[in-house]
Amino acid sequence: MSNIPTELKYASSHEWIRKEEDGSYTVGISEHAQELLGDMVFVELPEVGDTVSAGDDCAVAESVKAASDIYAPLSGEVVAVNEALEDSPELVNSDAYGDGWFFRIMPSDLSELDNLLDAEGYQAVIDEE
Amino acid sequence: MANKTVLFNKHLEANAKMVDFHGWDMPLNYGSQIEEHHVVRQDAGMFDVSHMTVVDVTGAEACDFLRKLLANDVAKLKVPGKALYGGMLDHNAGVIDDLITYYLSDTHYRIVVNSATREKDLAWITEQVKGYDVTVTERPELAMIAVQGPNAKAKAAAVFSDEQNTAVEGMKPFFGVQSGSLFIATTGYTGEAGYEIIVPETEAEALWQALLDAGVKPCGLGARDTLRLEAGMNLYGQDMDESVNPLAANMGWTIAWEPEDRDFIGREALAAIKAAGADKLVGLVMEAKGVLRTGMPVFFTDADGVEQQGTITSGTFSPTLGYSIAMARVPNSVGDVAEVEMRKKRVPVKVIAPSFVRNGKQAF
Repeated sequence: MSNIPTELKYASSHEWIRKEEDGSYTVGISEHAQELLGDMVFVELPEVGDTVSAGDDCAVAESVKAASDIYAPLSGEVVAVNEALEDSPELVNSDAYGDGWFFRIMPSDLSELDNLLDAEGYQAVIDEE
Repeated sequence: MANKTVLFNKHLEANAKMVDFHGWDMPLNYGSQIEEHHVVRQDAGMFDVSHMTVVDVTGAEACDFLRKLLANDVAKLKVPGKALYGGMLDHNAGVIDDLITYYLSDTHYRIVVNSATREKDLAWITEQVKGYDVTVTERPELAMIAVQGPNAKAKAAAVFSDEQNTAVEGMKPFFGVQSGSLFIATTGYTGEAGYEIIVPETEAEALWQALLDAGVKPCGLGARDTLRLEAGMNLYGQDMDESVNPLAANMGWTIAWEPEDRDFIGREALAAIKAAGADKLVGLVMEAKGVLRTGMPVFFTDADGVEQQGTITSGTFSPTLGYSIAMARVPNSVGDVAEVEMRKKRVPVKVIAPSFVRNGKQAF
């Protein structure tokens, strides 16, 4: 059974988001997603300053098994990216909800939060796969 | 219902992620396939390869039969224990399987064939052996463990009996010896030193545990695939099958054309293919970010300015090199550069002979 922290929100495409103190949201991929992908070998990140819309493919997680698009769960501006993934993509495997984060978005439309899932809803998505 | 090897419970004990591999429930990894890969390049790892099929070929005409059956020539084997790699071809020179043949005596050879091809191999051999004074005996009661890496032999020595250590002392690559209940061979599928050990099923769990206790780490199919690809070794069903001739699978060196009067199965068709010119299997190296994947198209422009196309047969991320490598089948006019179409764009790659890593070091 995968670890699905209850304080986070999730997209059905396996991204999680966490609200930060400055109002931005950190984005990563779930424990379940990293398990499916296996050892990560490359991560392609967006640029700080990029404007993204919810549902845009804005990053790529490439593992030994496959290349997987990462979608923006919210619209807004990319305000930070996790440069540590450049040299240590395995952080996504070892700490999916912590050091393995991908990027941060300053959201432009908070109503989009309603489209995301809570832990229970995300568990249901996994169960249906 | 999937087949299970006798080591199935040992894999579960070690938290293996199990996957279906051609009808066998096999370990994909025990946590991280990249860590397992590095263990084999730097220390010692082991693989359960009990799903492979051991077949003994015995009888007065064993040598004659195998000289007909195989594209390589077992008559080259004169020292007991010496092994030979090569293809078993059909009449059209398509590769039915690739296999290792051990010469044990003039009337006893042992072949080890792939698991995915077991049934068709046995059916083919049974058909071809008609009329020969030869007995073909599958040995399903034998398990097999591959111990590979720079420290593999030293760690295995701690597990072998004195008699076994004496038997393997100074044994050159590509030899096998029966000692006690073990058949110990200096073969492998990783490009590192080590052994493939054929062991009675009843003793396999104890041997696996003893190797674990000696510090040999269990490794799964994931690492096995990246290791063999770095070593430039073919995977049957991916880099070749019946639709591919051995010249187009980097197996030209395994075809014994001499003596000319040896009429091995597929010889006539293969000679015609050779005269007409076959595709070739090359290595690709991409130092840019990204991973070459099986099935991606490969393009290059030949000397006449005509665009030619081939296909990646096996692609992966090379943990040893830190970038992607692949094997690709392409027209033989290929030069030393090409482009691979991936994720809707074309990326330049280097074309090399398909050998990327040997004994822990870059090999090109």
